[in-house]
Amino acid sequence: MPRQSRGRLWALIAAPSLWLVLFLVLPLLLLAAYSFRAGVGGALFRDWTPTLEQYRILFATPAFLRLLVMSAGIALVVAVLATLLAYPVAYYLVFRIRERAGVYIVLLMIPFWISYLLRVMAWKVILGEGGAVNSLLLSLGLIHEPISALFYSRLAVIVTLVYVWTPFVALPIIATLYRIDRALLEAASSLGATPRQRFWRVTLPLSLPGVIAGAVMVFIPTVGEYVTPSLVGGSSGAMYGNIIFDFFGRSANWPLGAALAVVMLLLTLALVGATSRISRVERFIG
Amino acid sequence: MPRRGWVLPSYYWALLALLYLPILVLLLFAFNDSPILVFPLRGFTLQWFRELFATEALMRSLRNSIVVAAGSSMVATALATAGAIAFVRFEFRGKGLFMTVALLPLYVPFVVLGVALLLWLSTIGVPRSLLTIAAAHTVVGFPYALLILIARLVGFDRHLEEAAMNLGANYWQTLRRVVLPLIAPAIFAGWLTAFTVSFDEFAIANMVVGREPTLPVYLYSQLRMTARLPRVIAMAALIMAITLTIFFALVWLRRRVFSGGRAMRAIRPGPAGLG
Repeated sequence: MPRQSRGRLWALIAAPSLWLVLFLVLPLLLLAAYSFRAGVGGALFRDWTPTLEQYRILFATPAFLRLLVMSAGIALVVAVLATLLAYPVAYYLVFRIRERAGVYIVLLMIPFWISYLLRVMAWKVILGEGGAVNSLLLSLGLIHEPISALFYSRLAVIVTLVYVWTPFVALPIIATLYRIDRALLEAASSLGATPRQRFWRVTLPLSLPGVIAGAVMVFIPTVGEYVTPSLVGGSSGAMYGNIIFDFFGRSANWPLGAALAVVMLLLTLALVGATSRISRVERFIG
Repeated sequence: MPRRGWVLPSYYWALLALLYLPILVLLLFAFNDSPILVFPLRGFTLQWFRELFATEALMRSLRNSIVVAAGSSMVATALATAGAIAFVRFEFRGKGLFMTVALLPLYVPFVVLGVALLLWLSTIGVPRSLLTIAAAHTVVGFPYALLILIARLVGFDRHLEEAAMNLGANYWQTLRRVVLPLIAPAIFAGWLTAFTVSFDEFAIANMVVGREPTLPVYLYSQLRMTARLPRVIAMAALIMAITLTIFFALVWLRRRVFSGGRAMRAIRPGPAGLG
């Protein structure tokens, strides 16, 4: 590269790189370093000898592992349900509405653009003990005392999260369905495929990149959730993210919290790595 | 080829109804003349909106959010513009690494990012404030702005730059006079996306917040107090109005950015990773 050109490159790339190092790379590295500390006490680096103590505690505590598995399970259920709910809509918009789909997509996306907290709050208002569903049923005389099981449960967390993410998953699916070459579908038909066969053998496999991207885009924020569970989950609906948050707040055990966070980080990065051959999330932004 | 049927359209409209129902219920209670959120509705009132504007803490948090979102999105977009031009127009070692790191916020759960930033700030001894929230949000908004800008830069004719330089402009003049004006709509779209991501972000803000809360942080603190709910819901209604205005501006803008493209390209994924 000519020197002049290298100067230009440096002028352009220096600031963003520095910024990312300062506010992303170093914090994450520090998190990892913290997870190898022996305990809460001592000066940060002077008394620092790396140890796997926190990871030993983590893997020796069944409650942590149970919560991790459960959070992954919840995220998986939410991702699958949201994808299943969104797929027919995407299919409808691309193959039936086609040219006028813009307005339909906007209608679908409006709820997604309303503050995340407010949408979660809406469910609190609806499902809560003094909430809309209960008071409606009460005033209609269908029930005589409020049903408390509607709320503060794992189910409430799942319902709320599926509600929050469904419109969002539709977007990458729409994008891949839209890119499918119509000629392939016509070829399948003229070679004798029934519409059903054509869907299962041609359309669906070709749309998998969008499906996977959508599911990953839901799984990652969901598996790390701590806000929704604390609002609608109650004590039985707590997730892995809640204990990470607790260790950095009330319980103040940063090394153990850091170890928990590192495990979650590795888990999601592994997932991204595993799915990156089929599909990459960033293709669907921008 | 498309078969006519009623199943898919009914499904679409039913899902849409389900998506809007909770929001409409929320809106209903914003105008309901009762401090508790129960049916039957009592009557129409604007009392909650009046109280809303009189609640100083609420208005303050709204102002804080706007300042944080405006500041962080501007920094994120400026950095993303430089990064995108370098990424599209230059070959360099570590290019892949740069992209991987830049996109990390899309792949890392926010709770992890939040505690990492919290740890970092306390280690280097920076007190938590609106500034620290803004710094965190630049990192979160960066990948969105970057990807939007890269998409636009890839799409336009490189010969325009060469022509400008052949006509005697130096590199920086060419950037300022030719490249930046050409990608201006994308810069604006990237900025707006970063703005909305920041405006709505709670999980990270909640950890690096100082004494001054942003709006989501304030809303969250109020959600536990039932007596204040109607006011908060009135706020919700107001924010919905603001957000929708931004949303439609963005839709309109994306159409212009990708004009000549198909209707489908009008809308891209909005903010992700809100958890």
